[in-house]
Order: sequence, then structure tokens, then C-alpha cells
Amino acid sequence: MSRIVGIDLGTTNSLVAHVEGGIPRVIPDAEGRALLPSIVAWTGNGVVVGEAARRQLARNSARTVYSVKRLMGRGYDDVKDELARLPFEVTPQAEVVSIRIGDRAVTPPEVSAHVLRALKQRAETYFGEPVEQAVITVPAYFNDAQRQATKDAGRIAGLEVLRIVNEPTAAALAYGLQKLSQGIIAVYDLGGGTFDISILRVKDGVFEVLATNGNTHLGGDDFDRAMVDWLLADVKSRHHVDLSGDAEALQEIRLGAEAAKCRLSFDERTVLTIPFEGFTYHRDISRAEVEALVGPLVAATLGPCRQALADASLRAEQVDEVVLVGGSTRMPLVQRRVEELFGRTPHSRMNPDEVVALGAAVQAQILAGGITDMLLLDVTPLSLGIETLGGIVSVLIARNTTIPTLAREHFTTSVDGQTTVDMHVLQGERELAKDNRSLARFDLAGIEPMPGGMPKIEVTFLIDANGILQVQARELRTGKAASIEVKPTYGLTEDQVEQMVEDSFTYAEADVEARLLIETQTEADTVLNHVERALRQARDIVGAEERAAIEAARAALRTARAGTDRDQIRELTTALNQVTAPLADRLMESAIKDAVTSKRADRLLENS
Amino acid sequence: MSDYFTVFGLPRKLGVDGEALQRRFYELSRQHHPDFHQGVDAERQAEVLDQSALVNRAYRALREPLARVEYLIALEEGREVREGATAKPKAPRELLEEMMEVQEALEEAKGEGLGGDAGTRLREERRRLEERYAAEATAVVGRTAEWDRLVDAGGDRRPLLEWFKQRLATRAYLRTVIGDLSDALGEREDQHVSYRRH
Repeated sequence: MSRIVGIDLGTTNSLVAHVEGGIPRVIPDAEGRALLPSIVAWTGNGVVVGEAARRQLARNSARTVYSVKRLMGRGYDDVKDELARLPFEVTPQAEVVSIRIGDRAVTPPEVSAHVLRALKQRAETYFGEPVEQAVITVPAYFNDAQRQATKDAGRIAGLEVLRIVNEPTAAALAYGLQKLSQGIIAVYDLGGGTFDISILRVKDGVFEVLATNGNTHLGGDDFDRAMVDWLLADVKSRHHVDLSGDAEALQEIRLGAEAAKCRLSFDERTVLTIPFEGFTYHRDISRAEVEALVGPLVAATLGPCRQALADASLRAEQVDEVVLVGGSTRMPLVQRRVEELFGRTPHSRMNPDEVVALGAAVQAQILAGGITDMLLLDVTPLSLGIETLGGIVSVLIARNTTIPTLAREHFTTSVDGQTTVDMHVLQGERELAKDNRSLARFDLAGIEPMPGGMPKIEVTFLIDANGILQVQARELRTGKAASIEVKPTYGLTEDQVEQMVEDSFTYAEADVEARLLIETQTEADTVLNHVERALRQARDIVGAEERAAIEAARAALRTARAGTDRDQIRELTTALNQVTAPLADRLMESAIKDAVTSKRADRLLENS
Repeated sequence: MSDYFTVFGLPRKLGVDGEALQRRFYELSRQHHPDFHQGVDAERQAEVLDQSALVNRAYRALREPLARVEYLIALEEGREVREGATAKPKAPRELLEEMMEVQEALEEAKGEGLGGDAGTRLREERRRLEERYAAEATAVVGRTAEWDRLVDAGGDRRPLLEWFKQRLATRAYLRTVIGDLSDALGEREDQHVSYRRH
């Protein structure tokens, strides 16, 4: 079996990891960085991902997409309140959020695919071989559409997603490999955009999730927003300027707020300085001020914790260990609230930014057959039901049921000769269909005409180990499999994903082109630099004719370098190299002479 | 389809050793979980998925004493089993008087609001119903050993089965009323507190 990597596709940062010699490790990039900012930008030079995209965010905010995880598997109505706060433009479309980048529209799975592709390439560079299979983590409270969207993103990036794993459970696996104590473990995972709580029983290598709960729209991003609003009001009162409509200024404030928030996890006070046109904004911020701002948001994580405990039939004091995961748990306020709730000090012995990716790598290793004594038994976070008469939901699979699981339900026709039956599948905990998350409408077709009530159609709803629903149907009297047409309420159709996979090959080629151009330009820059230095050093040993020839070649390369004709740049680089070759030789000779002379001098000194 | 007792190699009895059941669940999971069957063909994968789902459902149905009784009733009656659907809420006659009082208190609350006596009265009614709700569960679990003795002796189990059914139906009814009272009081902690289940 080929190599399987573990990927944490985060709201703010993403990572890729693998197990090496029995130990999970994060795969760093060429500069040794573990975290890849989950930011994608469309620039003149093509698509840029990560730190490079982050650096140009303020300048190019309309074409830079961040926090796209919050839009995964969601419809326009779900996120329209939030969109006003994002600098990029979103097309009103019910089924899938679509982001407008110039004249191109991209969906959240496509944006995520760029992040995944960058991680895939990072791993391929590291291993020196193709990587095609991955385990990707998602928030435990992600619904079916959000999970499917994540799987789609993997496919678009050219990765076979062997498993979708819940982030808190992945963290538990990573700890488990380091010998987590046996007993009841609570994993409190507050990341950039999402919150999860999972309660597990760890025993004899089995990680049994007892209950999970959360909020897929609560995290560090929301803390930043509260701070941005507060800072905007402050700028307005002190400098009489309203910056709320200025996209670039907003991004500067957002990045400044985020940085200040992070510093305040370790210091009591910090200073925020942002230069704007005409004035410099300067603000002393205390930890207490930020805690007052985000207090209600942190408090909102406690309800789901209580609910998870209740669902696991446990009291807080029965929890043996509380583990903190996610960057936002670095905030002392979060740690205090968690400690109050569980009555014990939580810990984050493993790096809260990396532990989820490490856990994904552990799960990858389990799937590869490299670890056989660990088993993860996870649950479905939301109840699955179908709409019945009067818009009431009939629950088929209750939340916190161990997956894989299935439910069978019988349907029939109400009218003579009826050949199709439709059903509406939902996820959620409310009694009325309209209050729950619509997953899909299914049309059972091809039922043989019979008197009403005669057909007996058995429909199997299966939730697989990824927490994703599969539906099958058959007519029991004829034994024929009924055909099902699925109309997902949110998300991409099979055809759309297929198209994106194809497109990604085209783009991948374009990306390769862009990368090659940058490489050629860099090479030209290097040669130009060398020549300039050589001319300075060798002022005395260059004749007028030779100098004129070199200057002409330099000028030609500089002109070509500004363009995009890769072949021309390469040719002229070679030409400049050739015309300066005799000079280089002479310089080399004199350098050797110098070296030899100085070596002698060294020796003389040594012997003295 | 094999019944859940068979999955665990157990007789159709209500007394189950929880620890042993969990151990067996972990063993069966290690045998059947899809994690350990990667790279098999699609047909085999579907089988694995089915097996694994069966083990998980069986454990869920048997691990708690009350769920076990609900499952047993369905099994004895040869019905399709669906979690929580066994006991149709039914208003028991012996609760008629209490229900009339609850009704009165609700009417009163509608007129006067929850601030005064009506709120206090509703809360008091709810507390009594919650006690009753817990008592029903205790009563059912209290007679499970009797069921097992009847199985061993080959006695007539139908009257006890009927009694289990009535108790569970009463309990389901109480659950609905408690939920409604909490709604009326505006105190349903969360939209999805676990009244749905046990």
C-alpha cells in the first residue's frame, strides 16, 4: 500500500503529518515551517497559497480567500450575515457558496483543494515520491454536507480521502500513542473557526467516543471580529475616521487584532500600532479588555460541554482527564472556564496546533496496517431523520450513535399505479423538519405500478465510518433495487466535482508554468547579481570592448526578465554567462592566487 | 437478520454483565471495523460495513437495561426495531387526575403569566412528574430478573411483557408532558435535551 498522510485542514492553518518509526511527525516545508496558513490568493503570477498569500492579504484582499472552512458545505443563507465581514465577493446561490475572483467563480472545496495540493506537494518533496492517499480531519460537529465538501476538496486536489476523522478524536489518538491514561477523557477543541467537545472512554487500545457536541461557527475568528469592532469604534472616537468601509484598513486591523490577541495569551498588556494614511493608530490593550470582549463567546462553549456530558450519562467529576486542543485554547480565559466546568486543570502537553495533524497521521497508519492495537470508535454528531406528514421529523439514527451504523425504513405508495416515492432526509435535533438541516431529497423511482400501499420499499440509511450518509433502496416484493436520484440540498453534484477534478489538471499545468517562470527569473536575477559584483571587483582587468559587450548582454537580459517569455530569459541568461566567462576565469585565477598567498601567510603564522 | 442477543452470543435474557458486554463489543469491533479491512473489493467492503453497523447497533440496544427491555419487547413481537420507537406515548388512566391539575396550571399560567403562583405550581408539577418518570424506569429494571426466571422455567412471559410495555408507554407519555411543561416555562435547557431517549 502506498504512503498515506494525515492532514489537518484548519480554518486558520493546515498541516500534514505522517508516522515515522512509530512516531507521528509534522512534515515541514522547505523553510522548516510546520503550519501552512489556510489562505489562497489569485495573483498576477497565478495562485499563491500559505504565507505568501498571507503577506499580500491587505493589498489584494478582494482576491485573497481565508477562513474558507467556515463556508464548506454551506448555502448562501447560512452564511450571508457573515459575508458582509469578508473582503471577498460571494455570489448569492442557494446550494453552494461561490466566491467571485475576477471573472472566475470558485467554490469553497476548490479553495480548500489549493491548500490540500500545497500540503500534498510538501509531502511529495519530503518523501521524493508521489502521495495520493490521505486521512483528513474535520470538526466533530460537521454535518454530512460539510464532510462531503471536505472529501470533494481532497478529490479535486488529487487525493484519495481514505477517511474523514473528527479533530478531537484525532487529538485523542495522538495522545493515545503517547500512553494516555485509561479512563474518561474530555477533549476540548477550540480552533480558528470551530468548537468541538468530545467525551471518550479509553480502554485497552480502544478509543470509544461516548458523546460529542460543538458549534461549527465559533472560534478564534469570532474573537478577532469582536476585537475588530471594538477597535473600529476606538479609531472612530479618537481619530474621527470611520474605517469600516475600507477593505485594506479592515484587514490591517484584523491582522493586528489577531496578533495582539495571541500576545495577550502570554502578556498582561500589549501595544497595537497600525500606520494609516494621515495618522498612526496606537493602542494599549490589556488582557482584561480582551477577556471582557470575548467572554460571552467563551461562555457559549460551555453549553455544548454540558450537553455532551449529559449524553454520555456522565457528571463532570467522572472525567479523568481534560485535554485542550486548538490555538484558541492558549487563552488563559478559556483555560479558566474549562477548569471551572470540569473541576480539574486541563492540559495541553502536546502542541495544540499540531496534535490534530499528528492524530490524523496515526489514523493513516492504522488504515495502512502499521498500527494494529489501536481502534477508534467514533459517533455521528447529529441525529438523522426523515420528514413525515405535517413536517415532523422521524428520527432514524440518534445522535452519538457509534458509526458505522444503519437504519432500515419501509416506504410504500399512497395512490394506485404510483411509480415514484420521494423522501426528505434531515440532520438535527429539532422536532420540525424546517428547523433542521436538510441533507437531500431522494426520489425512489422505477417502482412497478401496483395498487396504492402494495409496494414495500426498504430503504437503508447507512452512516459510514466517515460520518457520511449512504442510501440504498429495494422493492421487497420484486426484490429489485429501486433507483435513487439524490438531490443534495447543499454541496456539489457528482458532475460538478468531476468537472473540478478535470479543471484542476488544467490549472495544475498553469501552476507548473508559473512556477517554472519564477524559477527562470530567479536564475536570471542570480546571474545579473553575480555579473554586477564581478564588474565592481574586476574594474581594472576589463577592457573597454569587453565591458561594452557585457553591458549589452546585461541590458538585454534585464528587459527579458521583466517579461514572461521563459525561453528568451533562459537564452539571454546563457548568453550573459558566456560573454562573462573569460572575465570569470580571470577573476577565478586571481582569487586562487589570493587564496594561495593567504594560505601561505596562514602557514607562516601557524609556524611562528 | 440476526438478533442483537445472538450477535453477542447471549441468551434472550435481560440480565447482562455490562463489563463482559463491553469487552465483547471491543473484540467484535476489532474483528469487523472497516479500519482493519482496507483495500478489499467493493463487495467485501459493503459486507464489512454491514457487519460493523450490526455490532454497533447491537451494543447500543443492549448496553443499558431500559434500552434492553425496549429491544426485547420489539423482538418478542417480531417487529422492526427502531430505537425509541417501541413505546408509543400513552396516557395512563391512573395519571388522569395529575394531568387535569397540570392542565389547570397551564391555563392559569396562560392568563396570569409565569411570574406568580402559576409558575411555581407548574414547576412543582414538573418536579413530581420527573420523580414519577424516574420511578417508572426503576420499576421496569426491578422486574427484569423475574423475566429471566420465567425464561429459565419456561413459564408464561406474556403478562410480564404486557406490563413492561405499559410502563414504558407511561414513561414515554411522562417524557412528553415534562418536555411540554419545560417549554411552557421557557426552561427547556437546550432545544435538544435528551428527553427523546431514556
